[in-house]
Amino acid sequence: MAVVECKNVSIRYKTGDLKAIGLKEYLAKKITGKYEVSEFWADRDITFSLERGDMLGVVGTNGAGKSTLLKAITGIMIPTEGSVKTEGKVAALLELASGFDPELTVRENTYLRGALLGYTKEFINKKYDEIIAFAELEEFQGHMFKQLSSGMKSRIAFSIACLVEPDILILDEVLSVGDEGFKDKSGRRIKEILSNGVTGILVSHSIEQVRNLCNKVLWLDHGRQIAFGPTKQICNAYCGYLYTPKARRWLPKNEQEVEEASKRFFMAWYLGEKENRSHLSPIGESTALRYERLLLQVDSLSKEEKEELQKEIDNR
Amino acid sequence: MIEKIKQYRFLFEELVKRDFKKKYKRTVLGVLWSLLAPLLHVLVLMVVFVKFFGRTQDHFIIYIFSGTLIMSMFTESTQGCMRALMANSSILTKINVPKYLFLMSKTFQSFINFLLTMIIFFVFCICDKIQFGFHMLTLIYPIITFVVFCFGVGMILSALYVFFRDIEYLYGVFLTILNYVSAIFYPIDLFGKYQFIFHANPVYVYIDYFRTVVIDVEIPSLALHGLCAFYAVVVCLIGYWIYKKCDHEFLYYL
Repeated sequence: MAVVECKNVSIRYKTGDLKAIGLKEYLAKKITGKYEVSEFWADRDITFSLERGDMLGVVGTNGAGKSTLLKAITGIMIPTEGSVKTEGKVAALLELASGFDPELTVRENTYLRGALLGYTKEFINKKYDEIIAFAELEEFQGHMFKQLSSGMKSRIAFSIACLVEPDILILDEVLSVGDEGFKDKSGRRIKEILSNGVTGILVSHSIEQVRNLCNKVLWLDHGRQIAFGPTKQICNAYCGYLYTPKARRWLPKNEQEVEEASKRFFMAWYLGEKENRSHLSPIGESTALRYERLLLQVDSLSKEEKEELQKEIDNR
Repeated sequence: MIEKIKQYRFLFEELVKRDFKKKYKRTVLGVLWSLLAPLLHVLVLMVVFVKFFGRTQDHFIIYIFSGTLIMSMFTESTQGCMRALMANSSILTKINVPKYLFLMSKTFQSFINFLLTMIIFFVFCICDKIQFGFHMLTLIYPIITFVVFCFGVGMILSALYVFFRDIEYLYGVFLTILNYVSAIFYPIDLFGKYQFIFHANPVYVYIDYFRTVVIDVEIPSLALHGLCAFYAVVVCLIGYWIYKKCDHEFLYYL
């Protein structure tokens, strides 16, 4: 039984004349036939499904449609085409620090945010001290929200949001909130929530984080689904893509190409590791250049040598 | 279901609290100021029409006051509702909450203000030797239908405002016109047999109900009761229909 199921999800934004032209202008343009709407597909044909306990990492460059997809899963947006099905309570931690009222105190904002997230009054009454303690804001309860530093704002936001016991937890770049100490604490809290069999979706630009937390990865690019599958393979292919200079980047078209790209990346990475161990790595070489050089090295290997290298990797 | 209602009630309470705190900035004078505005308005109108134009109709102050009382509630609540979605866009684009709650909170806030102004209104009534009695209780009916009406208009406006930002200015012009056509400071007898046209204006209908009860000491006709409910239901239905249709469209424009 799938807990999250996206079938051919497409989301269209309308741009062009539509926004902020006003009623007078709208009518004038409609009459003269100059009214134009252009479309922009933020997501196109995204299909995947998650089982209970799965943790999905969503990766992709800026503007890939990651956040929009999350909005569709939380139900804030309705997909233009296709369908999203979710089972159980969804909790979303999206761009946490916004949406608070600068004129209200920390205490009042905590109650308001709690109410917005669907908690009951009794629940917040009971958990209030815990929230403040977790955010380490005991001395600031009576302060106006605008007086807090941005780190503090994110901390309180995270503390309120992570109280939930959801069935599906959605995280959008929220694990990089606050100072080192708090990051550590919030990471542990997330793991604790996830350990109770919660299905999670994580959007992150940190591949390390995705490798650590997720068992499945969805790779998006300009709204299109490039790949969906096991973490290691897709993260490798995506890293390979990222390290390649922009002009020579290419996107894998099918599963086989993903697998190939992943293998190629890993071999290059392995050769790089070997290089470093023998202290031969040229200092100051940029990642992209170095990666290209290593790839060339991989490609120059003969078939037998490649197989041998693969064996070496597999035996590690 | 009960869980949902309980949860939304809590959210509604918190939104009302927030709007109040922001409006009055935690000051006692803040509340007084909001009472002072309609009071001054009435006094100005009184000076202009009684002293300068020499109107000497019975209970003319109460006649004017009942008009401004309704009109100021209508202005405040609908303008508040109109901006409510935009003002909370940072919340609405991130958290899935029913949007109408933000409008309800604004309407409720104006309603409290309306009730406070009504206290002053009754003080004026006592000074003007208005006859008090159980018939005053019928005022509850136009108040309820009027609040529902304001909420409905607020719904329509808030949706329009999301799509067309210049509605704000157009509506300002509309309100000025409405202020003149709602017979706030002139009697409608001047219009002879065309008086009935005024009842096409919902705001006037509620004002008329108030005046009939307070000044004429009469319970209004069944037709007026019907009109009060009719306008409230119609605008709410239109508002509901728009929200039903565009609820998920709003997000692209916020």
